[in-house]
Amino acid sequence: MTDNFIETRLRKRYSAEKRFKIYSVSALILALLILATLISSIAISSIPAFTQINIGIDIKMNDDQILQFEEDPENVSWRSLQKKSFYSMFPDVETRKDKKELNKLLSTGAYIEIKKFYLDNPNKLSDNNIIYVPASDDVDLLIKDIIDRDLPQDMRTISDNQISYLDKLISNNRIKKTLSWRLFSNSDSREPELAGLKGGIVGTLLTMFVTLIISFPIGVLAAIYLEEIAPKNKFTDIIEVNINNLAAVPSIVYGLLGLAVFLNYMNMPRSAPLVGGIVLALMTLPVIIIATRAAMASIPPSIREAAYGVGASQMQVIVHHVFPLALPGILTGTIIGIARAAGETAPLLMIGMMAFIVDVPSKITDKATVLPAQIYMWANNPERSFEYLTSAAILILLVILIMMNLLAILLRKKYERRW
Amino acid sequence: MKDVGSMIPNQYKITTSNVNVDYGSKRALHDINLQIEEKEVTALIGPSGCGKSTFIRCLNRMNDLIEGCKVEGKIMIDDVDINSSDTDIVELRARIGMVFQKPNPFPKSIYDNVAYGPRIHGIAKSNEDLDNIVMKSLKRAGLWNEVEDRLDASGLSLSGGQQQRLCIARAIAVNPDILLMDEPCSALDPIATAVIEELINELKERYTIVIVTHSMQQAARLSEKTAYFHLGKMIEYDVTSNIFTNPKHEMTEAYISGRIG
Ligand SMILES: Nc1ncnc2c1ncn2[C@@H]1O[C@H](COP(=O)(O)OP(=O)(O)OP(=O)(O)O)[C@@H](O)[C@H]1O
Ligand SMILES: [Mg+2]
Repeated sequence: MTDNFIETRLRKRYSAEKRFKIYSVSALILALLILATLISSIAISSIPAFTQINIGIDIKMNDDQILQFEEDPENVSWRSLQKKSFYSMFPDVETRKDKKELNKLLSTGAYIEIKKFYLDNPNKLSDNNIIYVPASDDVDLLIKDIIDRDLPQDMRTISDNQISYLDKLISNNRIKKTLSWRLFSNSDSREPELAGLKGGIVGTLLTMFVTLIISFPIGVLAAIYLEEIAPKNKFTDIIEVNINNLAAVPSIVYGLLGLAVFLNYMNMPRSAPLVGGIVLALMTLPVIIIATRAAMASIPPSIREAAYGVGASQMQVIVHHVFPLALPGILTGTIIGIARAAGETAPLLMIGMMAFIVDVPSKITDKATVLPAQIYMWANNPERSFEYLTSAAILILLVILIMMNLLAILLRKKYERRW
Repeated sequence: MKDVGSMIPNQYKITTSNVNVDYGSKRALHDINLQIEEKEVTALIGPSGCGKSTFIRCLNRMNDLIEGCKVEGKIMIDDVDINSSDTDIVELRARIGMVFQKPNPFPKSIYDNVAYGPRIHGIAKSNEDLDNIVMKSLKRAGLWNEVEDRLDASGLSLSGGQQQRLCIARAIAVNPDILLMDEPCSALDPIATAVIEELINELKERYTIVIVTHSMQQAARLSEKTAYFHLGKMIEYDVTSNIFTNPKHEMTEAYISGRIG
C-alpha cells in the first residue's frame, strides 16, 4: 500500500462523512423551517383575534331608568337604552332602515357592557357617561383594515352608509382598540366578537383530569403486573399482543365504544367531560402501559439483583427501586399520551362533545366541549372573523400542549437529579 | 468424599447434594456435591462458562429471578433445605449477603445504600442506631475514611473499587452469616484488589465466605478450601494447598498450570 493510496482513501472517507453531515443538517433545517412557517403563519393570522374594536356611546339615564335600576337592574331595558343613546349621537339618521344599519355597527352583546358599567359604577347613575361597547365583527375587520373600504359596496359586508357613520365616530374619537382577553373570559358564541374559548379550555382541563386519574394508576399498575409479576406464558403473550394492537386502533373506535357502553348502556350523561375523559383514558391506557413497561424494562438487572441480594421482597424491589427509577420514563410517556388525548376530536364526536355549548362546565358531569372540537367548529363558521379566532385557538392549544411537554421535561429532570 | 455432608448434619455450614441446574433445556450444573465449613473462605475456580456463578447463585436462590432456570437437588444451610417450598426467600437472602462481579450500588446516596438493608428488615431501632450500623459497616468494608464527609453523595460518584467496597458494606450491614462473592475484584486494579483481599481476610473471622475468582493467586492467598469446576461438573474439591501443590485430577492440574481456561 502506497502513501498515495492511503491518502486517497482517507480523502474519500472524509468527503463521505462531510456529505453525510450536510445531508442530516439540511434535513434538520428543513424540518425546523417547515415547523417555523407553520407556527408563524398561525401566530400571524391569530393577531387580529387578540385585539378588539370598541365604540363609545354617550349615555345618560333618565329618572325612570334610574328608579328602575335602584329597584332591580334587571328591570332596566338595557337594549333600548343602548339603541336610543346611540341613535341620539346621529340626529340625521331618521328612517327605520338606516337606524337598523346604524345599530348593526354594535355587537349584539353590546348592552351587556352597559349593564356591567352601571353595576360596577352605581355612583355614576345620573352622570353623562361614555361607555365603550364591542363593535360588530364587520366593523372590527374594517377598522383593522382587513375589509377593504375601497371595494365596491356589493363586495363587502359593510355598507357605504355604515362607513360614513363609522367615519363620524372616528372623527369624534369614539373608536377605541383594546387588547382583548375575551378569548379566555368568554365562552362560545355565534357572534365572533363575543366568542371565547373559556368553555373549551375548562372542558379540556376537566376531561384531561378524568383521563389522567383513570389511565395513570390503571396503566401503571397493569404495566407493573405484566412486566414484573406475571409469569411469561401464552396467556400473557396474548395480552401483550393485544395491548400493542390497541395502541394502534383508530381513535374513533373508542368513541363508538363510549357511545355504546357508557351512554346507551350505562346511561351516563351526554357531552360530559366524565364520559369524554373515560373514553380518552381507554385510548391512552395502552400508551401508558407500553411506556411504563419500556421504562421498567430499561432498569438494569443489576439493580434488581442488588436489591434482592440484601433481602428485599418483590414488592420492595418494585416500590423502592424499579418504580422510582422508571418514573421519569413513565411520566414522559403519560404526558405524551395525555397530550395526544388533549388534541383528539374523533372519539369525542361520538359522545356529543363536538357541540355548540355556551355554558362553561363547572363539574365533570356538565355539558362541555373541548378545545380541538371548538377549533373544528370555528373553522367551519362562515364569518370571516372566525378565521382569525380559529388561528388564535390553535395557538392556545399549541401553547397548552407545549407547556405539558415542558412539564414532562421538568419532571424528568427533577427525578433524574434525585440521586 | 461424596455425600459425606448429608450423613453428618450440623457439621457444615452449607451442604449441597446432587444439585443440577438447567437453563431451559441446557444443563449448566451436573450433580454438585459440596460441603462448606463455617467461617472459612471457599474459593470456586474454573474456566469461563463452567458454572461457578450459577452455583454461587444457587446458594441464595438468585437463580429464581432467571426465567427458565431450574434448580434441582438439596441445598442445606444450617439444617434448612433452602429449596423447599416453605423456605422464606426474603429471610434467607437477608442471612446471605452477596457481592456481585460488577459493582452495583443503588443510584442513591452512600448512606442510603448501606442503610437500605437494615431499614427494610427493621434492624435499627432508632436513627442513631442506623447511623451506627452504617458507620460500622463502612468501617469494616474499609471505606469509612474515604467517605465519612460525603455520606450524602451518590454511590455512583465513587470509583470502581470504592463502589465495590460500598457493595460489601451494604451486604454486611444486615449482619448476614454467609457472604457470597462472585469475582468481586474482576473490575478492579491491583491496589483496590489488595484492599478487598485484606478486607476478606478480616471478614472471615465472622462470616462464611464463598468466593468465585479467576485469579489462582487470589484463591491461594485467601481460601481454606478450593473447588475446581469444569463444564458444569465439580472436578475436585480439597484444601487449597493440596489443589495448588498436589492436584489429584489431571484437569485441575492442567487448569492451574495454565493449560486450560
Ligand atoms: N441466564 C442464562 N440463561 C441461559 N444460560 C445461561 C445463563 N446464565 C448462564 N448460562 C449458561 O450456564 C453456563 C454457566 O454459566 P456461568 O455464568 O455460571 O459461568 P461462570 O463459570 O460464572 O463463567 P464466568 O467465569 O465467565 O463468569 C454457561 O454455559 C452459560 O452459557
Ligand atoms: Mg460468572
